[in-house]
Amino acid sequence: MSQPYLELRRRTQSRDRSLREKVMSLEEACRFVQDGDQVALGGSTASRTPMAMIWALIRARKKNLAVSRSIVSTEGDLLFASGASRRILTSWFSQGIVWGVSRVMRSYTESKRAVFEEWSHMSIGLRYRAGAMGVPFLPMRSMMGSDVAGRLLDLREMDCPFTGEKLLLVPALNPDVALIHVQRCDPYGNAQIDGLLFMDVDIAMAANRVILTTERIVSNDQIRRAPDQTKIPFFAVEAVVEAPYGCAPHECFGAYEPFFSHMDYYAELTRKNPDAGVREYLDRFYYSPKSWAEYLDLLGLEPLLDATRRGRSIYAD
Amino acid sequence: MPTETRFYTASELLCVMSARLLEEGQVVFAGVGIPLLAATLAQRLHAPGLTILFEGGTIGPHIVPGQLPPTTNEQRCTRRANMLVGITEVLLLLQRGYVDVGFMGGAQIDQYGNLNSSFIGPADDPQVRLPGTGGGNDIASLAKMIVAMPQERRRFVERVDFITSPGFLRGGASRRDSGLIAGGMYKVVTDLALLGFDEETGRMKVEALHPEVTPEQVQANTGFDLPVGPAVGFTDSPTPEELAALRRLDPDRVYTA
Repeated sequence: MSQPYLELRRRTQSRDRSLREKVMSLEEACRFVQDGDQVALGGSTASRTPMAMIWALIRARKKNLAVSRSIVSTEGDLLFASGASRRILTSWFSQGIVWGVSRVMRSYTESKRAVFEEWSHMSIGLRYRAGAMGVPFLPMRSMMGSDVAGRLLDLREMDCPFTGEKLLLVPALNPDVALIHVQRCDPYGNAQIDGLLFMDVDIAMAANRVILTTERIVSNDQIRRAPDQTKIPFFAVEAVVEAPYGCAPHECFGAYEPFFSHMDYYAELTRKNPDAGVREYLDRFYYSPKSWAEYLDLLGLEPLLDATRRGRSIYAD
Repeated sequence: MPTETRFYTASELLCVMSARLLEEGQVVFAGVGIPLLAATLAQRLHAPGLTILFEGGTIGPHIVPGQLPPTTNEQRCTRRANMLVGITEVLLLLQRGYVDVGFMGGAQIDQYGNLNSSFIGPADDPQVRLPGTGGGNDIASLAKMIVAMPQERRRFVERVDFITSPGFLRGGASRRDSGLIAGGMYKVVTDLALLGFDEETGRMKVEALHPEVTPEQVQANTGFDLPVGPAVGFTDSPTPEELAALRRLDPDRVYTA
């Protein structure tokens, strides 16, 4: 009998969980992701996407990452097209409802160059939660009878030993690494998150490593003044990277909304010829810039200020 | 913006007719687009105590006219909300039983109210890979459902290519037997009619036609047998008040063009 639980504990126990500084660059943090790793992405759709870290991993030519996220937007297109991932587990995959079905996702999955493994949204959440709880599965009451469940191999049904009701069991998901972008954290990795949490806390606690990118690094004193605001504890975190506008062109709550003009441009670029369009996009925004700052420069100051003004307006009410 | 209230778009008709189905005090799990617009319209018109839940983790937001969120996960969804929670937490409210109505749009629906938003054509070799379930499967598995969608032959099919979000599955007791003992399809609102479901068979039926719609039109736009019985009447036309309130919510006509 295999003992994945003891292996999970062994991996956790072997990590350096001391209160230590772990600030580094995007490029340095790439060493925590190996080809073929199971990688969970924080945020959802176009919100708090860990774009800067994804950008760095694509530039580092990572391969065959098995990616999971609650809902996948343009970053999924870019992971497929760059070859960084050929398999993405998610509940919904397209840029966002106002932009219609992603042509790049369609092109890659319909030609069978890549796999979109579809789970219900809640089942993904419960898989991460089971992982975070250190139990091998959780029971749930949706998905039964549907073809979504019918296509998935890692599911079991059981009759509840207490009530006799039929339940669906979903297996724990313990990613090798989680990429999470936050508004603030200290050099040790104590992270504060404003606004919607998505699945980020479960992802962090389920993962075997966490790479945090952050809008800004604050002092540990500041964290200790409001410890109730800390959502991810330092000992779960392997790397801290300060990456201002680290979700651009997606949103970071309270800091900036999506760069809508850029999102429109991307949708238009990939509409007619998805493969050529996404390659052009990768060349221009991913492979050409020398730094994250140069990437932001390419997005443009005016769209950035516009997104910032809209983002900060949440606190103006 | 048209102010002439004898004229309205199909999307406006969907919004108004759906809003009328929502009741004061209900907790409504809404998708973006027509469902959100309709739920917000209901709040403005007759159900000020209606609570909207968004999949992104928002409980009871206040929607700012002209700033409808592009997905259920952006900060625009959170304006003046009562509470923000994680995605798993908000979806678990469905399972726990706090939600009265799940409300979403649909790409393809069949005679038993099963919804497909995953594949056009066979799943192993599709003509079109669609975006997938999101929370749709969870909502349809666990809540009483209202679906708003245009009535077209290619959308209303005898059997969906893929059951993404379960209706009454293969009819009769098949939904309950599969383990889905709560929730189920309640109404489908289209640009032609208000549709419901037979309690015994789980099959779709016409409850009312929208103004000036004929039974032939309904059948011509449906890919399965959908008879209009002699007792079936008409819905009331959208009122000037309803249309004015709706147009204030979506002044740029992002969702109601």
